[in-house]
Amino acid sequence: MTVTNVRYERGPGRAGSGQPLAIALRGVHKNFGSVEAVKGIDLDIASGEIVAFLGPNGAGKTSTIDIILGLSRPTAGEVSVFGMAPRQAIARGLVSAVMQTGGLLKDLTVAETAQYTASLFAHSMPVGEVLKRAGISGIADRRVGKCSGGEQQRLRFAMALLSDPELLILDEPTTGMDVEGRRSFWGAIRQDAAMGRTVLFATHYLEEADAYADRIILLRHGEIVADGTSSEVKALAAGRTVRATLPDADEAALRAVPGADSIEVRGDTVLVHSSDSDAVARYLLTNTPARDLEINTRGLEDAFIALTSDDNNIDGSHPGASR
Amino acid sequence: MSTQSLPAPDLTTRRAPGLGGFNVTVLGLEIRRMLRNRRTLLFTMVLPVVFFLIFGLNSQYANQRAGHGNVSAFIMISMALYGGILATTSGGAMVSIERAAGWSRQLRLTPLAPVAYIAIKMLTALVLGLGSVVAVYVVGMLTGKPSMPGYLWLVTGLCVWVGSLVFAAFGLFMGYLLPTENVMQILSFALVLFSFGGGLFIPLSQFPHVLQTIAEFTPLYGLNQLVHAPLLGVGVHVAWAANAIVWLAIFAGGATWRFRKDTARV
Repeated sequence: MTVTNVRYERGPGRAGSGQPLAIALRGVHKNFGSVEAVKGIDLDIASGEIVAFLGPNGAGKTSTIDIILGLSRPTAGEVSVFGMAPRQAIARGLVSAVMQTGGLLKDLTVAETAQYTASLFAHSMPVGEVLKRAGISGIADRRVGKCSGGEQQRLRFAMALLSDPELLILDEPTTGMDVEGRRSFWGAIRQDAAMGRTVLFATHYLEEADAYADRIILLRHGEIVADGTSSEVKALAAGRTVRATLPDADEAALRAVPGADSIEVRGDTVLVHSSDSDAVARYLLTNTPARDLEINTRGLEDAFIALTSDDNNIDGSHPGASR
Repeated sequence: MSTQSLPAPDLTTRRAPGLGGFNVTVLGLEIRRMLRNRRTLLFTMVLPVVFFLIFGLNSQYANQRAGHGNVSAFIMISMALYGGILATTSGGAMVSIERAAGWSRQLRLTPLAPVAYIAIKMLTALVLGLGSVVAVYVVGMLTGKPSMPGYLWLVTGLCVWVGSLVFAAFGLFMGYLLPTENVMQILSFALVLFSFGGGLFIPLSQFPHVLQTIAEFTPLYGLNQLVHAPLLGVGVHVAWAANAIVWLAIFAGGATWRFRKDTARV
């Protein structure tokens, strides 16, 4: 598939040259009673990025999004959206969001809901045009209560587009949609993002993050465990494991092999997790007396679970941490 | 993957709407929604009319004077007030349905200021209140029993209608505070209590002294005195107006506070 990646110019010296970050979080914590939902997140998202928050339920995706949207206040830390407080950015129509459920009145029609929302902003796009773009102009006069789940989600998307926001936040927008609905929904989002909008979406579908984001932030237990391009995170998550019998393995030497992410020695067996398994295998077979060599591919899904579960044995380095 | 460059967004052209987002489009749509709810509309018009027909048509009342009119007119005003507050309370309490649908959370993602929204909802509830007041007055006129000078029909009707704003705020506050399933049961009961406390159903002079003192602080007391003042031709006490205004401020403030807090996902 062809992916067009639109970014605003961010050349050298561009940082701090006046264009504020779309989202900046500094040491953000959020506690609910004794439960720590978000445990110190630092995050910069520049204008024009398409970013996925990936993580299982309870990873802190939604709590973080609520903080960015000004729906809840962080227990500690700072949030700014386009250099201002979230509430100010929302009042100026700079940020909008598509929520997973709710947020619609059953007794209004599709067009009335859009008119209602549009009238609240100082600056908004024509309702007819937005309905067309969301693919629901044909059902403009239908009561919201009579619309299918997919149609309601498209209406939420239309409502989010009305203010022509610079930042669009989608919180698990395709939950409960069938494959076809999901594909066409993302098609509409992609088309829209091509015009330069910053998009942040939360998902627990790895494929969705992989296909639609150009940066993936992996969350676990309220912390960022990985942050990088789709391929960087995939390499971390989806590398192969090279297993060989190698008595008296020299761990330090193995660690120096290019592409070896993590090394595990179990008696005479070594396990090397690597994004470049060929290089590791070549090294083992040519430079060491290793035998019985096996290369195992770990499924994306398994890798994702390993990265986001409690007892992963992968070195939790952040490929994009230098960003 | 191809990368293309776009100019950075110009944030300086963006501003927040005036009046906290208050506008006539939303008011119009809210009123249309309200009028689609035929059941509530009918209920809040029929109930006070029935009460008036039961309590206000005693033939003695038509001959008994009350200020510039007769007792039947006095009771008609009371029942219109009861209808008005029943209607505006119901209208306001409909926010509990919105709350359950996550609509207030959705609105928090727009520039709409809580105060502006509460104002829109109060004005919308007033439309329902108008139907109720007009219904009682029209039926009163048709029975021919209530009697008062023509201008007093207009003045008292207007006082009742505008006064019912206090209970639009009450309905909103309670709609945000109470669970959706039984909000109207609780409110109907509360309105009956307030009506007794305000002297709407039985004159307060028939209450024991202690109860009378307590009653003077209940939310309907001031309003009930105020709407009858033009008919009785008595001067307006500051305490009556203060009672109504303080309760209005409490209810509207409470509703705004709850709306602001209502960001839970559904």
